[in-house]
Amino acid sequence: MCLAIPGKLIEISHDPHGVRMGKANFGGIVKQVCLEYTPEVKAGDYVLVHVGFALGKVDEEEAARTYRLLEEMNQLTELEVPDL
Amino acid sequence: MKYLDEYRNEALAQKVVSEIRRLVTKPWVLMEVCGGQTHTIVKYGIDHLIPPEVELVHGPGCPVCVTSLEMIDKAHAIARRPDVIFTSFGDMLRVPGSECDLLVLKSRGADIRVVYSPIDALKIARANPNKKVVFFAIGFETTAPGNAMAVWQAHQQGIKNFSVLVSHVLVPPAIASILQSPFNRVQGFLGPGHVCTVMGYREYEPIAERFRVPIVITGFEPLDILEGVLMTVRQLELGKWEVQNQYPRVVRREGNLIAQNLVNDVFEISDRKWRGVGSIPKSGYKLRYELRDHDAERIFEVEEIDTQEPTICISGLVLRGVKKPHDCPAFGKQCTPEHPLGATMVSAEGACAAYYAYGRHLQQPKQECGREEAVISYQ
Ligand code: SF4
Repeated sequence: MCLAIPGKLIEISHDPHGVRMGKANFGGIVKQVCLEYTPEVKAGDYVLVHVGFALGKVDEEEAARTYRLLEEMNQLTELEVPDL
Repeated sequence: MKYLDEYRNEALAQKVVSEIRRLVTKPWVLMEVCGGQTHTIVKYGIDHLIPPEVELVHGPGCPVCVTSLEMIDKAHAIARRPDVIFTSFGDMLRVPGSECDLLVLKSRGADIRVVYSPIDALKIARANPNKKVVFFAIGFETTAPGNAMAVWQAHQQGIKNFSVLVSHVLVPPAIASILQSPFNRVQGFLGPGHVCTVMGYREYEPIAERFRVPIVITGFEPLDILEGVLMTVRQLELGKWEVQNQYPRVVRREGNLIAQNLVNDVFEISDRKWRGVGSIPKSGYKLRYELRDHDAERIFEVEEIDTQEPTICISGLVLRGVKKPHDCPAFGKQCTPEHPLGATMVSAEGACAAYYAYGRHLQQPKQECGREEAVISYQ
């Protein structure tokens, strides 16, 4: 239950008590999410959600950067092989 | 997002594995702290995929598993009351207490309801002003902002019939306690990515320094785990002990400050008993005195309940990485997910349940030979 999952924010609203809420899509399942902890997020952003609360934004650039780093791994290894 | 699924790319996983293989020169023991990571590791067979020199032991990071027997018994005492609607995350319903579990109490007529979010428990309180609605507020730092918000809103909006039974636990004191143990074998940690989304990772820096262990804050996809292992092994091989962040797409060093502020407004640090482990100083949260009107322990006067753990279950040793589930004589025999003897068999994030779910009770413990053929299976 400690796992948080990323979802795409599709809508932002406020509940009758003024709490910032939104709807997020988790691979087809749409759920209510509290956005009080993520004032910076906008519709279309990916947020990490745990027990109905968005805890942070998932940064697409960082995701791509880490991924590229992993992809390049073998090339770098090959460069380290000493020349004959 | 394009990259959400890509972190399960099998070819890339093999690249990272060969990089680990290239780096490793001697045996190392790493612990993943978080139960979600344990689940990924066992599901994808990552512990069999990496070189045999690197052993992964599973940490205490399943909040359901470490909730103490006292707390479960307190929950039962409260849930039994006819004036109470007891609400909880689903995983808690099957955790064995001294006598039975919450599911059994429910079948005997107690009003026990499963909620997805503490905010849902608050909604139940609004809709049932004549009942006392109690939420079982368990979890690590990841769950604390949600639980804090529910209490805060109840306080602000004057919802007087809402209270929480708090059993929050904190990761850094648990890591320090593992490292202080004379039985400790752990040399490096995969840090809990989602806990650090909230808390950041500054508080791990003094631990890395004091115990000279590398801690790499790691995500939850197979590639995240493999890169976390790679980064930890690289540090160990170079004789370094730093806190590094494998999971920057979500985690920042300072964490989520807004969430930390509300958590601090609602909770204060307290000693906390961990199931199977015992009491760890300053390892949990309790409700602040100012919010005592929402404190179920105080309202229902269950503070004095005290209990003894059953002796057969070795989950305390499993939770500290000293033993693996298949070292337990009851594993897969008297103890199964249908009839759990200990909490690590109940939640999907518990090490015993993860080993059972992926057939580890049917096979021999991992052997040094023949592991090269182990295949990663992506579903
Ligand atoms: S298999 Fe069951 S009895 Fe053994 S340690 Fe795990 S939870 Fe406890």
